Amino acid sequence: MQKVYVHKSNLITALGFSVEENFSALCDGKSGIRPIPFSKSIGTIYASKIEDQLLEKHFESLNIPKEYTRIEKLMIATLKPLIEKYGIKPNTLLIVSTTKGNIGALEQHHIEAAHLSVSAENVQAYFCFQKTPIIVSNACVSGVMALSVAKRLIQMEQTTDVFVVAVDELTPFVISGFQSFQAMSHEVCQPYDENRKGVNLGEASAAVYVSNQKDEDGIEIIGEANINDANHISGPSRTGEGLYLSIEKALNEAQIAAKEIDFISAHGTATVYNDEMESIAFQRAHLLQVPMNSLKGYFGHTLGASGLLESIITWQCMKKNVYLPSFGFQKLGVSQPINIIQKVTEKPMQIALKTASGFGGSNSAMIFKK
Amino acid sequence: MYYISKYLKISEGKVWLNGQLQFQSTQEDWSEMIKELFKNRSVSYPKFYKMDDLCKLAFVGSEWMLADESDKEIALLFSNSEASLETDLRHQETIQTEENFFPSPAVFVYTLPNITIGEVSIRHQLQTESCFFVSDEFPVETMESYANYLLKTQKANKVFCAWIHKLQNSYEAQFYMVEKEGILEHNSKNITKIVRE
Repeated sequence: MQKVYVHKSNLITALGFSVEENFSALCDGKSGIRPIPFSKSIGTIYASKIEDQLLEKHFESLNIPKEYTRIEKLMIATLKPLIEKYGIKPNTLLIVSTTKGNIGALEQHHIEAAHLSVSAENVQAYFCFQKTPIIVSNACVSGVMALSVAKRLIQMEQTTDVFVVAVDELTPFVISGFQSFQAMSHEVCQPYDENRKGVNLGEASAAVYVSNQKDEDGIEIIGEANINDANHISGPSRTGEGLYLSIEKALNEAQIAAKEIDFISAHGTATVYNDEMESIAFQRAHLLQVPMNSLKGYFGHTLGASGLLESIITWQCMKKNVYLPSFGFQKLGVSQPINIIQKVTEKPMQIALKTASGFGGSNSAMIFKK
Repeated sequence: MYYISKYLKISEGKVWLNGQLQFQSTQEDWSEMIKELFKNRSVSYPKFYKMDDLCKLAFVGSEWMLADESDKEIALLFSNSEASLETDLRHQETIQTEENFFPSPAVFVYTLPNITIGEVSIRHQLQTESCFFVSDEFPVETMESYANYLLKTQKANKVFCAWIHKLQNSYEAQFYMVEKEGILEHNSKNITKIVRE
């Protein structure tokens, strides 16, 4: 089948307004998570939020018209440098990954504005994409799954190139929901650590250009799968079945053995059950020795953005042969001896695995090769 | 070439299989109607009553479509225009004012459209590929191409496609199965006919 490559990407997060800014913040060990006072009912939460003043300045520097909603501006600002570089052909696709889109509009009872397609189509119109955008909304695996949809539609010759944008905002809607689940940590989260107390939420916008052409970096998507646990709608499978199957099927498509994987960018939300489930899936897939991290301690859980955000950081690590530590990790707190990276290390990185899991029993695994 | 082996429509209290009327509800009210459709399938599944309306609609259609399937390699491609907006509004009501702030995990968990896929996967034990697409209209081209990909690469033996719309007083659902053999060629003309008729 047609080979599919990822190209230039862009990021807007609490840690910066470009891939380079974000990557250098991570290398310096900075986290974007801080205490943020919300309403009386929500209180102060630890989360990663893009600073509004800096964001407004960034939007102004890109001449983005004021009438767009914040989430539309985030998507436009993230896509703009990529679209200026690569251009849009008649059959170029726009794929949008989001869990909640412009959900904040419901506070003002704007039901129409809360439709995901409204935001996506405004972005489509801004850039003059001829094709209707494809919106992928699959909880926390959305970002990886959107890349998977891009790859598959290119392989089916539906198009030759795709811009993928993945975005979610930090809203009272989502915060109150996670609070009701009692899934939030009251300090900076610690994925896979014995003292982990839950998730920090975050917001981000991530974008990438994907095509059937190889460029100088030449990072290829060599295998991927998205398998459901069929076990529970809000809890991960105890056996890690869906994640394990996703990894096995991705390895199978890539025609490589588990031992050829140099690095894993895992999901690691820092909830007790998720991190434990992942360790079991990695044990079953013979990946315990592979150096791995979770980036949730830097960015929080950015929901529909996280899978693409973390993939983009992974490509940067591959290009620079750098292994980043898992922020907040001190002592292993899962049953299987996974190999968590504890300091910045330089070593060749040819093949990397990205995984994600989420509500609805969803799991995704994707393998990148340099 | 792949084929559509069966298709189902739920609309105005009626269930149509391959264009033939199968069942007509006597209930006007949505919640009574969907309960009647569920009971007509005579399955014992208490979890049904905990689901939100979107999941109930997906569940009932899946009971008709998957009842005789022994193959477990069935991928699920679901879609609609409003994602989980109906339950989003319910969650929003619980957090709208400081005085009346009582978010519930039982509601919040359904504020994701792909929970429909989760519920159907659990019921029919499908540890398979899936994706939820949100689109103003049924995304014919994407669904056709994506289903063909899954079959061609043997990532699934069959692909179960659905459009499940439920928002306030309006609902409608269409389902079809794509596989190696069937009654209609799997092409955009036939998909359009099924989902728009």
